Amino acid sequence: MRAFSYEKPANPSEAVARAAEVEGAKFLAGGTNLLDLMKHEIEAPAHVIDVNGLGLDEVTETEDGGLRIGTLVTNTALSAHPRIRRDYPVLTRAIAAGATGQLRNKATTGGNLLQRTRCPYFFDTNMPCNKRSPGSGCGALTEGAFSRQLGVIGTSSSCIATHPSDMAVAMRVLDAIVETVTPSGMTREIAVEDLHLLPGDTPERETALMPGELITHVRLPAPVGGTQAYHKVRDRASYAFALVSVALVRQADGTGRVALGGVAPKPWRRADADAQLPNGAAAVMSVLLDGATPTEENAFKLTLAERTLAAMLKEA
Amino acid sequence: MKFNSPVETNLFDDAKIIGKPTQRVDGPLKVTGTAPYAYERNDAAPDALYGYPLGAAIGHGRITAMDAEAARNAPGVRAVVTTLDIDPLEKGMNNVARLFGGNEVQHYHQAIAVVVAETFEQARAAAARIDVTYEEGEAADLDLDAAFRRVEGSGEPDTLFGDVDAAFRDAAVVTDQMYHTPGESHTMMEPHASTVDWSDGGDMTVWTSNQMINWNHQSIATTFGIEPERIRVESPYVGGGFGAKLWLRADAVLAALGSRAAGVPVKLALPRPMVMNNTTHRSATVQRIRLAANPDGTLKGIWHEAAAYCLPGGRGENATAQTPIFYAGETRRVKNHVLDMPLPETADMRAPGEASGLMALEIAMDEMAEALEMDPVRFRIINDTQVNPSDPDIPFSDRHFVECLERGAEAFGWAERNTSAGGRRDGDWLIGHGVAGAYRGALVLPSGARAILDGGKLIIETDMTDIGTGSYTIIAQTAAETMGMSLDDVEMRMAHSAYPVSSGSGGQFGAPSSTSGVYAACMALREKIAGNLGLQDPTFADGNVVSGETRMSLSDINEEVSAEDAIEWGDFQDGYAMGTFGAHFVEVGVHAYTGETRVRRMLAVCDAGRILNPVTARSQVIGGMVMGVGAALSEDMALDRGRGFFANHDMASYEVAVHADIPDQQVIFLDTLDGVATPLKAKGVGELGLCGAAPAVANAMYNATGIRVRDYPLTMDKFIDQLPSI
Repeated sequence: MRAFSYEKPANPSEAVARAAEVEGAKFLAGGTNLLDLMKHEIEAPAHVIDVNGLGLDEVTETEDGGLRIGTLVTNTALSAHPRIRRDYPVLTRAIAAGATGQLRNKATTGGNLLQRTRCPYFFDTNMPCNKRSPGSGCGALTEGAFSRQLGVIGTSSSCIATHPSDMAVAMRVLDAIVETVTPSGMTREIAVEDLHLLPGDTPERETALMPGELITHVRLPAPVGGTQAYHKVRDRASYAFALVSVALVRQADGTGRVALGGVAPKPWRRADADAQLPNGAAAVMSVLLDGATPTEENAFKLTLAERTLAAMLKEA
Repeated sequence: MKFNSPVETNLFDDAKIIGKPTQRVDGPLKVTGTAPYAYERNDAAPDALYGYPLGAAIGHGRITAMDAEAARNAPGVRAVVTTLDIDPLEKGMNNVARLFGGNEVQHYHQAIAVVVAETFEQARAAAARIDVTYEEGEAADLDLDAAFRRVEGSGEPDTLFGDVDAAFRDAAVVTDQMYHTPGESHTMMEPHASTVDWSDGGDMTVWTSNQMINWNHQSIATTFGIEPERIRVESPYVGGGFGAKLWLRADAVLAALGSRAAGVPVKLALPRPMVMNNTTHRSATVQRIRLAANPDGTLKGIWHEAAAYCLPGGRGENATAQTPIFYAGETRRVKNHVLDMPLPETADMRAPGEASGLMALEIAMDEMAEALEMDPVRFRIINDTQVNPSDPDIPFSDRHFVECLERGAEAFGWAERNTSAGGRRDGDWLIGHGVAGAYRGALVLPSGARAILDGGKLIIETDMTDIGTGSYTIIAQTAAETMGMSLDDVEMRMAHSAYPVSSGSGGQFGAPSSTSGVYAACMALREKIAGNLGLQDPTFADGNVVSGETRMSLSDINEEVSAEDAIEWGDFQDGYAMGTFGAHFVEVGVHAYTGETRVRRMLAVCDAGRILNPVTARSQVIGGMVMGVGAALSEDMALDRGRGFFANHDMASYEVAVHADIPDQQVIFLDTLDGVATPLKAKGVGELGLCGAAPAVANAMYNATGIRVRDYPLTMDKFIDQLPSI
């Protein structure tokens, strides 16, 4: 860990103003990911702006019947919130499938969206990684590399890392909207769909956020109803990142929405794949995973995704 | 004490303390966080500074330059020692790669520098400032499968008896399959850690986390070229070892070098991401097993050939360890190949040999039972043996494998098992049942102790370690039993190089060996007390020494009485095969769509002689079963074949079983006694619980799905295409 300076501002506008002023500043919320990355020197911010004093830890109702979630609401609190449990159960299930009770107590809503990949080559600073060290190459794409956990779609020849979040997959299937404050103090909205970028040849650019832009809230539109489910597949029963996860909202008429985790650099969803839901899992995946470029080690994820959705459709 | 003949009756036959359920005597220290572990010796070395290691960044090759200037000038740094600063150190016992010194890199994360600083954070930050230039070695062929094929059939068999070729030619049923087990990491909770005071470069004190005080002591002397008398080693509490801490490792070496360079005590724990590649692991294996059987189920032949890798001069896993002796059969051919590969060092991990070997052999037994259309429990019973099959003049000292199978089958409800592979369902889950046999050798080592009676208190001194197994407790029980005293009167002093040399902890030899050594010391103390008091053949009971009309409380003996002795094992044991036996029964559910596999219940039946303490013994067995679930379903050191290192080197990505993976576990101990094994008629049980647990899961998975997977871990990527279509 590199030495860094630290401050704890009192309101969001002060936080973004400071982030704009101080070069190399990072926001610290729950710290469940950033602090680990700093210990490995994968992240080495010169200045840490602790946002835990900003409030932003309430869930309020919106005029359209949706919910507005403060960025500092913990994963535990969010998953247990009565309105979330009643009207957005896919979100409760996704959060509860992630990490452990201790981590969920610390992890925040905004921080969860911004967590970074768990690719082993990203985490080992002896290894090449275009995301960590642009231009150094992709350690996971060399002959004989370990890629079983990594992405199968939306990846590039520069990077095959996945976004590790479970919560984000549910947010994606619910069409959540991220509210931010920009460094100049303006507020803006970003659809969660547009928050995460695909790697292309710049895998170090992971989100649409400007440097110093702060997520303040995540907004859920009015409840979409239907039967909601989240199935996370992993080798052990708990405390592991998804090999494949599926978030599903299915209406009584068979239509609905589906998003995948564990397969791509962002929660993976396509409107034209949603439209195939009445035709079954194979039809959905033939669209949703069209163009996949798996490695030999992780090609099973294509079959696994389809079979997982099939199991869920049978229940839904 | 020489153990020269099988024991008939002795004081343990009327045991009041040994064999009784007894909570850990060190439990309160552990649950209150006051047991002093190696990295937290603030009691002994309150001024210790922080050491932090740097590991090599390449698989193998050499270092051409190191620039540590920035590290030396970093805040708080008191010393930096790089591997180029010193000549290669001598190697301690069973160290295959050098622990430090010189420019050669033999494996990834081999230690190449240590930084000492005033805080942990300063040391870690400075270590990252060291600039290293490497010249990478030639890419190596790390394909163990291909290497096995190249050597298959070559070399003298390790075991060969009977006409194997004829047996396989004439047999009614033959099976022949390849099996794979992956590299496994011990992944104990406490990483390798030491605090060392070598401040003046003279006498050295090492507070460490190690299973073997004496081996460690000798190895430190060898490594640094100093007299053993100048070295003190203590390891009173060890947060798990599983074989990873049998040998001297880089933590102690770097802490010592750092201490000498900085002139202060230094503590150093290996960072978790370094443990997997810097230390040792269980090598992967490739195994081919051929079985030949008669229609009645008797085995005509077993042909087991295996390969494992190691660094040149090292030892790989011998997956054939159990094959010469576990089952009956008139012919056998067994060969293990250990192949050189430039990978991190391989060495012992819990039940080295049998753990991997049974993962294959017990699937093979299941496959043969199926080919014979025979109950796999019945098939194993038919092939029990009471003698060493390769030398029928050698009987087993005590073997109740059949009883393990029968008791287990009854307790598990084996008769109600699923009998059509893939045929039983519970919702989306395919349900299956599996059985596997368990065998692990019953090794014993010489072991010594000192027993001191002091004012009614019994003090036991031995360098024996307690690696979480319960040694403190069973040794105290043994001493109290032998002296006729209460457990509360015993004070345990262990794991210090000033105390008599014991067996140490490993190979499940610790419990039987060390309790025998303490028994020997206590018997010597009894003799001394009797001599001092002029008593003939006194008895010791209820805190008294009694002979004829004389009865004296041991607390009334004012003068301290001390005796030291060790157990030495007589040659007569060579006339027996000694082992521990068991049977595992497992029920699994395999998700019919996703292939996720979850264990629903487990049962182990163990035959390991007298169970010294059912509480700690059960804990050992269920711990082994948990490790078996990990081995079956998730543990896999992921080799980057291009770079020659294990890429998933942390606990997030090397998946040991977690609580949610572990269902109801039952353990049944057979009430057996083995008078050939030890004076307490006891054998080890710490590794038996692992042996056979993983293949029982594998066989249950086959029973659930009808799909046979022979490549561990049995993850869905290996069989999802064969699951029922959707």
